[in-house]
Amino acid sequence: MAAYRYGYSAVLFILCGLSVFLVTNGQETILTGDDGAAAVDSPQTVTETAEQTAEQPAVEERQWEVTEVEEASPDEAAADKQDASAPETLVPPSVPRPKDDFQEELVIRPLHSGDIYASFQFRTLWETDFMRGNKVSHYRLFPKSLGQVISKFSVRELHISFTQGYWRTMQWGQPFLPAPPGAELWVWFQDSVTDVDGTWKELTNVLSGIFCASLNFIDSTNTVQPSASFKPLGISNVTDHRFLRYATLPREIVCTENLTPWKKLLPCGTKAGLAVLLKSEKLFHSSFHSQAVHIRPVCEDWQCKTTSWELRQTLSVVFDLHTSGQGKREWSLFKMFSRTLTDACPLASSSKVYIDITDNPEGEQFELIPATPLLSQAVVLGDRRTFSVYDLTQQITFGAVRSLNLLIRWKSTEGDMLRPLLHGERYVAGYGLQTGEIHTLMYNNHPYRSFPVLLLDSVPWYLRLYIHTLTVTSKAKDNKPSYIHYQPSKDRVRPHLLEMLVQLPPNSVTEVTVQFERALLKWTEYTPDPNHGFYVGSSVLSSLVPSIVAMDTNSTQERPLFSSFFPCKEESSYFVRVYTEPLLVNLPTPDFSMPYNVICLTCTVVAVGYGSLYNLLTRSFQIEEPSLGLAKRIANIIRKMRGVPPL
Amino acid sequence: WLFRVETTLNMFIYSSSFTYFFQDNAGQFFSSGHTNNWAVLVCTSRFWFNYRHVANTLSVYRSVKRLGIPDSHIVLMLADDMACNHRNPKPATVFSHKNMELNVYGDDVEVDYRGYEVTVENFLRVLTGRLPPSTPRSKRLLSDDRSNILIYLTGHGGNGFLKFQDSEEISNVELADAFEQMWQKRRYNELLFIIDTCQGASMYERFYSPNLMALASSQVGEDSLSHQPDLAIGVHLMDRYTFYLLEFLEDIHPASKTNMNDLFKVCPKSQCVSTPGHRTDLFLRDPGSVLITDFFGSVRKVEITMETINLTDPINAVNGELQKETYSYVDQLPVSEIIHQKPKQKDWHPPDGFILGLWTLILLVFFKTYGIKHLKHIF
Repeated sequence: MAAYRYGYSAVLFILCGLSVFLVTNGQETILTGDDGAAAVDSPQTVTETAEQTAEQPAVEERQWEVTEVEEASPDEAAADKQDASAPETLVPPSVPRPKDDFQEELVIRPLHSGDIYASFQFRTLWETDFMRGNKVSHYRLFPKSLGQVISKFSVRELHISFTQGYWRTMQWGQPFLPAPPGAELWVWFQDSVTDVDGTWKELTNVLSGIFCASLNFIDSTNTVQPSASFKPLGISNVTDHRFLRYATLPREIVCTENLTPWKKLLPCGTKAGLAVLLKSEKLFHSSFHSQAVHIRPVCEDWQCKTTSWELRQTLSVVFDLHTSGQGKREWSLFKMFSRTLTDACPLASSSKVYIDITDNPEGEQFELIPATPLLSQAVVLGDRRTFSVYDLTQQITFGAVRSLNLLIRWKSTEGDMLRPLLHGERYVAGYGLQTGEIHTLMYNNHPYRSFPVLLLDSVPWYLRLYIHTLTVTSKAKDNKPSYIHYQPSKDRVRPHLLEMLVQLPPNSVTEVTVQFERALLKWTEYTPDPNHGFYVGSSVLSSLVPSIVAMDTNSTQERPLFSSFFPCKEESSYFVRVYTEPLLVNLPTPDFSMPYNVICLTCTVVAVGYGSLYNLLTRSFQIEEPSLGLAKRIANIIRKMRGVPPL
Repeated sequence: WLFRVETTLNMFIYSSSFTYFFQDNAGQFFSSGHTNNWAVLVCTSRFWFNYRHVANTLSVYRSVKRLGIPDSHIVLMLADDMACNHRNPKPATVFSHKNMELNVYGDDVEVDYRGYEVTVENFLRVLTGRLPPSTPRSKRLLSDDRSNILIYLTGHGGNGFLKFQDSEEISNVELADAFEQMWQKRRYNELLFIIDTCQGASMYERFYSPNLMALASSQVGEDSLSHQPDLAIGVHLMDRYTFYLLEFLEDIHPASKTNMNDLFKVCPKSQCVSTPGHRTDLFLRDPGSVLITDFFGSVRKVEITMETINLTDPINAVNGELQKETYSYVDQLPVSEIIHQKPKQKDWHPPDGFILGLWTLILLVFFKTYGIKHLKHIF
C-alpha cells in the first residue's frame, strides 16, 4: 500500500502548496483531503450532481472547515459556496414555484389472481417556451440528453415504450399505461419540419443510442402514418398526420441494458426515493415488465397561459404469484423488490405510494400493514377507486424503524376474473406455408351500450393482404365499418396500414378476418434464425368506452399521476387503448445450405464433365518409347562401334 | 483511489514545478504513449446453448469497467440476449462461476450492439469508423492515434475464420486488412487483440500492421474447450481460457505492476487443454514493460488551470410576452370527425363546365365545317 501513502502525502503536499498559491492569487479553489472525493470545486463551475451533494452533507461540512482555515476571506467564499449548493440540495417551499418540478409515485394494485401489479410514475415538468424553438442550454431536473433531442429534431411529442411479456387483460384488467410487447415508438413532429422521414430516421438512430435498443431497425418498412389512431396526447393546435410517425418492433428484447439508461434520466438516479426499488434482478423476474418515456407539452393552468414540457417515465411490472411469490398470497415491498423505502427523493415535490383498496373496503379481502389513515379517491379508467396513500415526504410514514416495508396479506383465496369492457385478441389461422388468415376479435362486454373502436393494423409487406377478403362480423351479421383507411404495401418499401372505425354492439364479439399470402424473401433478407418465424406487431384498439362515473375533464387539476395520462374531453366516456398479441408467422424458408450444395455440384460437374472433355480435345497423344535396359544400351554402343545397326 | 493518486501526481507535475520527487513514478504513467483507452468486446454466437460466449464477453466487460474504462469508451456487442432469455432461471443475470457466485452482467450494463445488429459488416464498420452519419456516439469507436484499444472476440471459429450469428463469417485476412486500415487512418496507438475460439491462433497469423499484440486461446488444429457446467442453468458457463483470464484479471487493480508476460502465462495447457498462443513480433515495446492496465485500465489526466474563467449566464432571458397561439388538448377519438373526413383529394380534374364547353366547341366546328345539311341523315 505504498501507493496509497504516496497519494496521501501528495495530497497533503498539494494542499500546502496550493494554499500558498491561493492566498497569493486570491482564488477560490477548495480542496478536500477527504478519502472519497478528491474533487476540485470552483464556485463558477459546480460540477457535482445533485445526488452527490445530497448524499454527502458531511463532506460539505468538512470542506467548510478547510475553507475557513485557509481562505483569505472566508465569509465571501462561504457565501459563494452556499449560493452554488443551496438550489441543488432541496427545493424550499417558500420560494416561488421553480421552473421545473419533479413528482414520483408508485401504485400497487393487488390482483385477484394473486399476482401483484406495481406501476411507477416519475414526472418532470419543465416550464419553457417550446414552440419557439429556443435553443435552451440550461437544464436542471429535465435530462439534458432528451432535451437536446427534442430541440434538435423539433419533436412535439415523443412516446417510447419497451415491454417484455403480454398484458393479460382478462386476468388483470386494464393497465394504467398500455403498451405492446417489444418496442413501440410514436412521434409527433412540429410543423416546421420539412423532411419528416429523414428526421425520423435520424431520431430513431439517436434514440437507439440513448436507450441501448435496436431502434435503428426502424425504417420505412415498419413505419406508418396512422390517419386517426394516434392523436397528440399533449396540447397542440394542428393534427395533420403528415407529422406523425408510428413504428413497433415486436421482437425487441428488454433487459437491464434498457433499464440502465432509463434510470439515468431520473433526477435522483437510483440513489433515493422510489427509484431505489428498481433492481433489475427482481424487475425482470416477473410476468410482465414495461418501461416507457413520454414527452409532451402540457398546460400549467386552465387558460393554458403557461406551457411546459412534461417528461413522464413509467415502469409497470406484474409479479407472478408462483415464481416471485412462491405460491403464497402475501406480498411486501421487500419480497417484490428486495428493498424497502427509507426516504423520498429530495428533489421531488411529491412522493407517494398508493395501494388500491377498492375491493377491500372493510379489510375482508386482504390486510395492509402498516395501516394508514390517509385515503384518496381517484377516477381512473372509468371507475372510482379508493387508495391508501403513504406520503414519503412525511417522516412519520417511516415510523420508528425508519423504513417502510408495506405488507399485503390476502385472507381469502377466491377471486373472480375481471371482465374488462373492451378486450382484444388476435391469431393466425390457416395451414401450409402459402396462405393464411388473420383473425382479430374485439369483445364488448358492456351489457347495454355500444361504443366505437378504431382498429389499427400494420402488417409487414411480406404478408400480402388480400383486402377483398376483409370481413367484419358481429353477432353473425355483417358490421360495416364507418371509416376505412387502407394503404397497400410496397415490397421492401412500406408496410400495409389498415385503419377501421367499427361500432361494437353491446355484449358482443366482433371478428375481423383478412386473408394473406406469404411472400418469398431474398436469401439475404432472412434473419440469422429464420426458423423462429417473423413477428407482426400488435393491433391497436383505440376506443371511447362508456364510463361508470363522471370523468374529470379538467386536465390541469392536481390529480395522482396514474389517472392523468389521457386527456379527457367528455364526462360520459373515457379513452382507452388496448393492444392485441403480436403474431408469429412462419415464412417459407429455403434450405440455407443450398447455395453450398449448388456450388459443390457445379464444381463437380465442371471438373468431371467439362474437364475430361477439354482434356480429350486439347491433349496431343504421343507414343512414348519404352526406355531400354542397361544391358541393351551397352550392347547398342558396341554395335554402333562395330557399324552394325542397333537392336 | 488509484486514480486519485494518479490525478494528484499529475496535478503535482502541472501545478508546481519545484518538485521532481515523483517524476520517476509519474513517468510510468505515460510510458506507453497513450492518452485514452477503448475496448471493443464482441460475442458472435446466438442461441441459448452458447451462453458461455456471452459470459466470456461480459466477464471481460466487467473487468475493463472495474479497471476504469467508462461505458462510453466500451463498444459491447452481444449477438443474443442471455440475461433475459426465457430459459434463464435467474433473469437479468449472467454467471461466470458455478453456484451463481459471480454475476458478470451486473446492474448497470450498457450493450451497444445486440441481437441482429451484430454482423460482420457492423463490426468492420465500427473498427474502421465508416458508419452512417446519424450513428450515435455510443455505437462508435471514436479512437485516435493516442488510443490503446482492446479487442476481444469470442464465438465459434475454424482455421482462418470466425462465425457470426451462425449465418456469416469473418476471415483472418479481412480482419488483418481492417487493422491495417485502422493503422493507416491513425485510429490506434497500440492494439491488443484477444480471441477465444477454436483454432484461434489462425485469426492473428495474417496480421501485418504495426503495434499489434495478439493472444488466442488455442493453436491451429486445437479446439477451445468450455468450463464450469452448471446444473441449475443447464449449460456451460464459460470457456476455459476466458475463465482463467477472468480469474487473472480479478486480481488486477489499477495500480498493479503486472505486465503482459504474466498475461501470456494465463491458462497453461494443464488447465486449458488447448495451448494458448500469442504474437508479439509486430509490437514495438517489450511485453515485459507493458502493463496490463495499459489496455484493460484507463488513463485519466487532470490538469489544473489557475486562470479565471468567466462563464456567461447560460440562462436565456425568457421573453415576457404572452403567447399568441392558444393550445388545447385534442380529442383522442373524434368519431364524427373521422367519419366525415374528406376523401383523399384525387388528381386534378378539369371542371365540368370546361369539358361541356369543349364538347360544344367541337360540335360547333364540326357543323360549321360540314354544314347543317348532314343533319338530315340523323333526323
